[in-house]
Amino acid sequence: MRRILLTLATASVCIFAASISFASSATIKIGALFSVTGPPSFLGEPERNSAKMVVDEINAKGGIKGKKLELVVYDTGGDATKAVQAANRLIKEDKVVAIIGPSTTGESMAVIPVAEKEGIPLVSCAAGSKITDPVKKWVFKTAQNDGLAVAKIFEHLNKKKISKIAILTVSDGFGASGREQLKSNAAKYGIQIVVDDTYGPKDTDMTSQITKIRGSQAQAVICWGTNPGPAVIAKNVKQLGVKLPLYMSHGVSSKKFIELAGDASEGIIIPSGRVIVADVLPSSDKQKKNLIAFVKDYQNHYKAEGDHFGGHAWDAIMLLKGAIERGAETPAAIRDQLEKTSGLAGIGGIFTYSATDHAGLGKDAFVLVEIKNKDWSLVK
Amino acid sequence: MFSKHREIFKFLSLVLVVLITPLLVHEGYLLNVLIFVGIHTILSLALNLLLGYAGQISLGQAGFFGLGAYISGILTTTHAINPWIAMLAAATIVTTLAFFVGFPILKLKGHYLAMATLGLGIIIYIVFNEAVDRTGGPSGLSGIPNLSIAGYTFNTDLKNYYLIWTFTLVAMGLSLNLVHSRIGRALRAIHDSEVAARVMGVNARVLKVQIFALSAGLSAIAGSLYAHTMTFIAPASFGFNFSVELVTMVIIGGLASIYGSLLGAALLTVLPEMLRAFQDYDIIVYGLLLVLMTMFMPGGLVKGIPELFTSIRARATRKVKTDA
Repeated sequence: MRRILLTLATASVCIFAASISFASSATIKIGALFSVTGPPSFLGEPERNSAKMVVDEINAKGGIKGKKLELVVYDTGGDATKAVQAANRLIKEDKVVAIIGPSTTGESMAVIPVAEKEGIPLVSCAAGSKITDPVKKWVFKTAQNDGLAVAKIFEHLNKKKISKIAILTVSDGFGASGREQLKSNAAKYGIQIVVDDTYGPKDTDMTSQITKIRGSQAQAVICWGTNPGPAVIAKNVKQLGVKLPLYMSHGVSSKKFIELAGDASEGIIIPSGRVIVADVLPSSDKQKKNLIAFVKDYQNHYKAEGDHFGGHAWDAIMLLKGAIERGAETPAAIRDQLEKTSGLAGIGGIFTYSATDHAGLGKDAFVLVEIKNKDWSLVK
Repeated sequence: MFSKHREIFKFLSLVLVVLITPLLVHEGYLLNVLIFVGIHTILSLALNLLLGYAGQISLGQAGFFGLGAYISGILTTTHAINPWIAMLAAATIVTTLAFFVGFPILKLKGHYLAMATLGLGIIIYIVFNEAVDRTGGPSGLSGIPNLSIAGYTFNTDLKNYYLIWTFTLVAMGLSLNLVHSRIGRALRAIHDSEVAARVMGVNARVLKVQIFALSAGLSAIAGSLYAHTMTFIAPASFGFNFSVELVTMVIIGGLASIYGSLLGAALLTVLPEMLRAFQDYDIIVYGLLLVLMTMFMPGGLVKGIPELFTSIRARATRKVKTDA
């Protein structure tokens, strides 16, 4: 009897200890959910770093209208359950006025019902188009829709008069969304998908899929995935002597991919945000100034190259900053002001939100780049 | 009959704690965490019946949990079936499936059984990922409705708390009843020596499969509850890691103890939340605590905590004596 009471008492002490928290005032609290660990850490880590960096900068300049920003970051580990718990904690315990993230489409979809119910603006950093389609009152996003990247590739194929393609997509959230967009847009551009194959996120050899593609009528290969899979595919394509042009997704538009694929990366064409080609953009480009500042800052802080994943978080903070500068302080006012964002030159593109568009970017958010001499070059 | 009264009193005091907790924590995020404690308790209870009592390991529990969630999710979203019927369907399908799969799988023992159940869990996980048209693939299935009774919808944390914990307490009550019955004794006999149990007239083969099916069915109900409270599911929540986490809950809580399942689930759900204060180092601290607990509390929390108190008290009284 005494035993069980003691056990129960200890359990309840454990639980209540977790509820103690400290509140602070005179700051504006922004919550952030990023998968800093787990499989999507290649997204979450640069996102967290960029968000912290830009918040520090804003505070160093005296904050927004004299109020400092406070960023509360929780790691979700790429797990939807954890993301929901952390979102609840941000809203109910930390009492944030807005949330940026999560990093992946799956987690974003899981957090959306929470944000909608509690009435807290959510600026997702994931790419899936279903996050803002249909439009949800409290939900915005900064990452470019996968459909825009697909359109960019298909336009290029049309120009090259290629009509039969093979697609090879990874079986995770990113690949599934890309596959869906590739299949649904192909007909519109008069393109026929002759091979539709997938590979697992942890596969280390894709020669069987590529052999199948080699035996087909495909005139080009589009691979949709994030590192390291596409690097393996690039190598396998070279090893098997396949001469077809190879297109990849924006999921590999970082220097890491060129490092991994080495010589095999030569000649691969990728739709990407402008950030990786910032220095070769014409000076008339509206984004150029911010892009170069972002890349340089990131280099100074973290000794690594700023990529467009980190850019999603940079954009999210800047969007919120804009809304708060226009006088919004409560979650509801911030939401209203976010929707009025117009012509904000960010890292991912130029954002213009409206009541019917919470994604905010056009096709021009992507440029096509080709890998030449282990560096990026713009495809005209 | 004294021990029976004691059991009832223990259980009732737990019911009381569950009932009054929301009054103390109000409607905060903690209530949300406690909902997950409830769901995880059902899951570790289900595994404990199999692992703790019958001594049969399963590394595929997350698969059954996921199957329950997906069957419930798909039936309610794409086929517009009532959530309660969907839950019933999920439990029935998964129990039946586990029953038939159980016969060949449970012939295996030890590491081989672990491998087979591991494989089963991974197959189920792959299906969630690849059957994109039905499951929504890796980016998940959204828009799952909340449960409701006669127009009363369980759509807030507080309502869901009571809903989930009703299920949890019923599951605990039934399990307590089961393990103190003839079947419970038979299970423990199998655990100690399967051959001896069979000699004593226990139909070990069928009983193992039955408890395996029961364990899967309970997990499926937990999955269904999870789907209807979260309103969104994705395969990442039902991977191999989660199966391992469930085994950890059972072992940390205490093998062959119903209350141990509750303690293990509560600790492993609440601890990561408390450790968020350590920021990037939380995983290291978490791992360290688990290692220390298994080293110094080999019988699990359910034995370890009272022992800790007894030893502290013993030390205190000794001190008093020496002082005097």
